[in-house]
Amino acid sequence: MSIFVNKDTRLLVQGITGNEGSFHTRQCIEYGTCVVAGVTPGKGGKMMDKVPVFNTVAQAVKGTGANASLIFVPPPFGADAIMEAADAGVAIIVAITEGIPILDMVRVKNFLAAKKCRLIGPNCPGIITPGVCKIGIMPGKIHKQGSIGVVSRSGTLTYEVVDQLTKLGLGQSTCIGIGGDPVNGTNFIDVLSAFQEDDETSAIVMVGEIGGSAEEEAAAFINANITKPVVGFIAGLTAPPGRRMGHAGAIISGSSGTGAAKIAAFRDNGIHVCENLGEIGRICKEVF
Amino acid sequence: MKIHEYQAKDLFRRYNVPVPDGQVAFSVEEAKQIAAGLGGFPVVVKAQIHAGGRGKGGGVKLAASMEEVEAFAKEILGMTLITHQTGPEGKLVQKLLIEAGQKIEQELYLSLLVDRATASIVIMASRDGGMDIEQVAEKTPERIIKVYVDPLMGLQGYQIREVGFGLGLPPGAMKSFSGLLSNLYTLFVAYDSSMVEINPLVLTSDDTVLALDAKVDFDSNALYRHKDLLELRDLSEEDPMEVEASKFNLNYINLEGNVGNIVNGAGLAMATMDIIKNAGATPANFMDVGGGASSEQVENAFRIILADPKVKAVLINIFGGILRCDIFAQGVVDAARKTGISIPVVVRMEGTNVDEGKRILADAGLDLIAASDLSDAANKIAAAVN
Repeated sequence: MSIFVNKDTRLLVQGITGNEGSFHTRQCIEYGTCVVAGVTPGKGGKMMDKVPVFNTVAQAVKGTGANASLIFVPPPFGADAIMEAADAGVAIIVAITEGIPILDMVRVKNFLAAKKCRLIGPNCPGIITPGVCKIGIMPGKIHKQGSIGVVSRSGTLTYEVVDQLTKLGLGQSTCIGIGGDPVNGTNFIDVLSAFQEDDETSAIVMVGEIGGSAEEEAAAFINANITKPVVGFIAGLTAPPGRRMGHAGAIISGSSGTGAAKIAAFRDNGIHVCENLGEIGRICKEVF
Repeated sequence: MKIHEYQAKDLFRRYNVPVPDGQVAFSVEEAKQIAAGLGGFPVVVKAQIHAGGRGKGGGVKLAASMEEVEAFAKEILGMTLITHQTGPEGKLVQKLLIEAGQKIEQELYLSLLVDRATASIVIMASRDGGMDIEQVAEKTPERIIKVYVDPLMGLQGYQIREVGFGLGLPPGAMKSFSGLLSNLYTLFVAYDSSMVEINPLVLTSDDTVLALDAKVDFDSNALYRHKDLLELRDLSEEDPMEVEASKFNLNYINLEGNVGNIVNGAGLAMATMDIIKNAGATPANFMDVGGGASSEQVENAFRIILADPKVKAVLINIFGGILRCDIFAQGVVDAARKTGISIPVVVRMEGTNVDEGKRILADAGLDLIAASDLSDAANKIAAAVN
């Protein structure tokens, strides 16, 4: 098993005819993901390779039974695309789009509270269950089927971690990027509890970064609820306060959101801390 | 995006958030003219820079006469103001806000922020106005009022009363406060603000409230729908190298160390800075060329880093995903040929098309130091600068 996505996932891609959308759709198909539909308003009835394109998500769901969506639309339309997918009953919504205004996401998050769906992202690399299903932009090749669950706020940093694990023979059950924005859908705690429930996941790697307090909350949750071993890493210990480090959410505001506080929370709650990224594979090998 | 206090107050006026009478002055002469138009003394002379702590640094003065306005304006204009937020190098004062002094009964604190954890807009208020709110929150959290506004419902009347009475405002001042907070909320949402702070908000002797100070920060991701705000950007308040990098959509932050670095992806870029520090050196910058950078962007990134005189060595760390290693390598080669490399450059590449990327670098005949993995890269860069 795995979490959130599996062999029964039927994917639709919003923004499938754009440059990024078509490129990554092809990559997902090549990896083995079952892509059943695309959506681009105004291009309904056309095909993207062998994938039928619809004008609306509702039509795509009705016509193909899609149950997951991957979103590539530009930031001004990101919030709208997420809400459209949620309203059409899509269960898993993965938003890659970077740069959605935060107040849009604030409204979306409150809108989603009344819907039965899971949003992953935005501003994330997506989710992959190695060997089974890839919904996102991560390079499929670096992954290997196995039993380590990986959750992260970052993209390439996650690839680095996964690559080290794979090279040491440590495969992954599911890898999820929850995104670098300050307001996002699925959070660390959602993923951690799903990994705890998942029989195929035996250990967890959690990659956080400066800004906000999601890592501190997750650490307390791990202490109380997670029995599987967890290795944690925090990026941005050398970041100056008050500056946004690339990700909209990666900012130390006053004394809150520092890397030191997050590492301390990890240690206090029994998480194995990796302080040097180059060592994370080796540390996982030791701990797991 | 930050703006100046005088710009924030202009915005407040448009949204009927009361502020003292006043205008911006670029010269001593203008300062005197504006002061004369205010119809009395005292007059406040305030340095306009993008940093807090101006009063303590000597950038805010109360003038009792026209002579004092002139003297203070001369003193502050052109001074390098150093505050706890400017860093030791300080900031050059190029403009002043000349404002009517107020009869202050009480100083309060009021701010609106986006709260990440609850995905709502939070109103924070305190009776301890004019102080560092972080310290108030730490030492006396009970003196801070927090009200969370449902973004789909908007600010409700009972929430305004909760804040106003929580601040201990006299009943006579509630009407004035209610208008101010309600209009401030409207402004916050209309302009996609990420923070609006009034410290202090003052209660005057005639039971009205007004914003004595004004600090506004906007969500840069939402600027596309607020073109009018772009005119308020003051490039002279920003680091010139950061301005240059922003032209090419590069996420760059100038820091104090001597190891330049170029990385793809924000998380990996932060982690790379940490690795440099762990190895006993210090990063000169944060540079994220993005997950899907073009070879032209890479070239510009490399050029900007090499032009930085404090940079004694460069670490390039790329994990090819969408950005393929061969594209990246070509960008590095092009930039190196154009600008020339006179300092050690350590390259560590992994991921998509890594072999092709390594071949391009090797064939170019450049004097690059190849690193096999992250730890190797860290050791080599530390050896290069120490």
